[in-house]
Amino acid sequence: MDLRYSKEYEEYRRKVREFLKAHWPPSGEAAKGSLAEQAARFRTLAISQGYVARSIPRAYGGSEQPPDVLKAVIIAEEFGRAHAPGDVRGIGASMLVPTLLDHGREDQKQRFIPPTISGEMQWCQGYSEPGSGSDLASLKTRAEVIDGEWVVNGQKIWTSGAQVAHHMFCLCRTEPDAPKHAGISYLLIDMKSPGIDVRPLRQMTGTADFNEVFLTNVRVPIENIVGKRGEGWTVSRSTLKHERNMIGDAAGSRALFEGLLRLARETKRNGKRAIDDSDVRQQLATIEGYVLSHQYSGYRQLTQAARGKDAGIAGMMNKLTSTNIGHSIAKLALDLLGDEGLVAPDNERMMGLPPRGHAGWVTQNMWSLGVAIAGGSANIQRNVIAERGLGLPRDFAAQRESSR
Amino acid sequence: VNFGLSEEQELLQSTVHRFLEDHWSPQRRRVFFDGSSGKDAELWRGMAELGLVGLLVEEKAGGAGLELLDLALVAEILGRFAAPGPFLGHSLATLALSLGGSEAQKERWLPALASGEAIATLALVEPGGGWDPLEWGASLSPAGAGLRISGEKLHVPDAEIADLFVVGVTGGGLALVERASDGVRVEANEGIDRTRRVGRVGFEGAVANLLPGGNEAAPRVRDAGLVLLAADAFGGASRCVELAVEYAKTRVQFGVTIGHFQAVKHQLANMAVEIEPARSLYWYAAHAYDHLPAEFERHAALAKAHLTDRFMQIARDTVETHGGIGFTWECDVQIWYKRAMFDRAFLGAPAVHRERAARLAGW
Repeated sequence: MDLRYSKEYEEYRRKVREFLKAHWPPSGEAAKGSLAEQAARFRTLAISQGYVARSIPRAYGGSEQPPDVLKAVIIAEEFGRAHAPGDVRGIGASMLVPTLLDHGREDQKQRFIPPTISGEMQWCQGYSEPGSGSDLASLKTRAEVIDGEWVVNGQKIWTSGAQVAHHMFCLCRTEPDAPKHAGISYLLIDMKSPGIDVRPLRQMTGTADFNEVFLTNVRVPIENIVGKRGEGWTVSRSTLKHERNMIGDAAGSRALFEGLLRLARETKRNGKRAIDDSDVRQQLATIEGYVLSHQYSGYRQLTQAARGKDAGIAGMMNKLTSTNIGHSIAKLALDLLGDEGLVAPDNERMMGLPPRGHAGWVTQNMWSLGVAIAGGSANIQRNVIAERGLGLPRDFAAQRESSR
Repeated sequence: VNFGLSEEQELLQSTVHRFLEDHWSPQRRRVFFDGSSGKDAELWRGMAELGLVGLLVEEKAGGAGLELLDLALVAEILGRFAAPGPFLGHSLATLALSLGGSEAQKERWLPALASGEAIATLALVEPGGGWDPLEWGASLSPAGAGLRISGEKLHVPDAEIADLFVVGVTGGGLALVERASDGVRVEANEGIDRTRRVGRVGFEGAVANLLPGGNEAAPRVRDAGLVLLAADAFGGASRCVELAVEYAKTRVQFGVTIGHFQAVKHQLANMAVEIEPARSLYWYAAHAYDHLPAEFERHAALAKAHLTDRFMQIARDTVETHGGIGFTWECDVQIWYKRAMFDRAFLGAPAVHRERAARLAGW
């Protein structure tokens, strides 16, 4: 075990810092245009240096670097410190691109990957349906081939970003007579197609980050399928794994905990600073035990990845651990807020950002539940850990389905 | 950056694992647990032959000269097998001597301690007192050219078989007292953990030998002990999860193994999620002892508080998973349950160390 960076990596960090100092924030010519244009120019430069889109082949606009977990960590740290635009976030880059790299045709990779990793093309995910949540494979949205085109009918729900996305990657039932997992195909749908109706869904926070998407006789080019007909479930599996990693990030838990510490310093309990109260100190130290375990387990998983080993059961736990920490923090934060917990949520707050002000903590309190549900609910995570991690028997329902 | 074990460390763990599989069978453990002697000289010799009893001792004194992480990795496996003392007390007492002893004291004792011929233990807590060095009250008085010690120590691990006591004294220092001296009275206690017996030791004017660096060594030895307890807790808790999972895969009710029921599956998943990530917390704390001194004290406190609390809860859940049989003396789960009670209380309860961690962070 050695938590220092070797000379080679210290040198690499120095280079990244120099690059950032020279180019972000932009100055002179590079500072012209909108922030988005500046970011796009900066990203192109960063790709040429191998700092962004590292796992994406050059042929698709990436920088095609050999995998190096430590360099990735250094880049993330330094770009974060400089508030510089790094890898494009969002569901397109994190879920669609890996899927296309694994399962897409050459023309699909050429067409969709470059604009997605540059941020020009935005995506939404057409998975969940009103009747198909945790039991996603029971989905009913139908796609049939009529006159050489897919014709899609159905309804998707919890679709983040559908109002701004250019395309949707969508699971549709194309083989109605096949067993449920084998009857699904993975289609790419242009959101400007006639027959798509996006309706915002207002959440308990008061904002509408999700949508319902109604698809009525939406015509999709026949070549917009990823993988073969009936293979959509398999194609989508890798993406779900990616999303779990994304939400399970321990740095988010750390940032949230730091915010909680600030809140404990700013609020009062029994006439003194809350952080001086022995009960609050005990609770904070208890939560920190979980946060540190989560962080260091992340370090261990990174090292295992660098050694080419699978993270095993620890990798299946990240999302549930983040969720559990989020719940504990939400509970203590509400206690610390006291009367301030009566204020309405701060609607400026978005999922994943550290809370600002008291109203922000009210929002975090609710969003901690959103995180517990999105991307595989906590109870589904427990099933995965129990069945795949601990080797316990599969669910009755799942057994019945697969033996059908 | 590398947050993983070396090949040597993985080998160390698998060697200890194999050794205990061969020499510490459930039957032998049960005989020990139910028996009155509280010692297993043969197992201790075997551990000594593997070099486990002098792991931190410098090589010139016959030890292996390794780091606290290595020792903690061994403690994890011992915890997993619920192996008996005197490993914990002996390792810590030996560390105290290495850190705070004079050259003469080290020459006199370290080779015998590193080889396991002599057994040492720590005598710290007193009636009505605590584990913190400043809470110790055993007093030293001059007698001729030397010192004599008076006081009473409780919960002394393996007091009955120890040859040498490292005793916490007034002002937070440490003194050596030989078992064979006049004025040393050892009394076995019924402790909660029958795999790690404790005793009460009275000193009535016994000859004592002050460790010159005892005041600096004492808190460091205590904190190293916290890491060893955390590692033991990780090993024990992980074993509990396995026992519960094995039981859920074999116990049949309503015509199926109970592992089919989500209520049981989710409880088992929760137990696993509570303990597995914490492995890395005890690794980090142990690593910090040798490499990140500024972070060590706080991490040791948090690791002890976190892991021993997790172990206690998981041991409780494991009893529950087993149902009625889990509540019996016959069922081995109680062995780990009681190890959890020991790990949690020994060297200070979780709340004490959480408050320390809060203070050390400047909260």
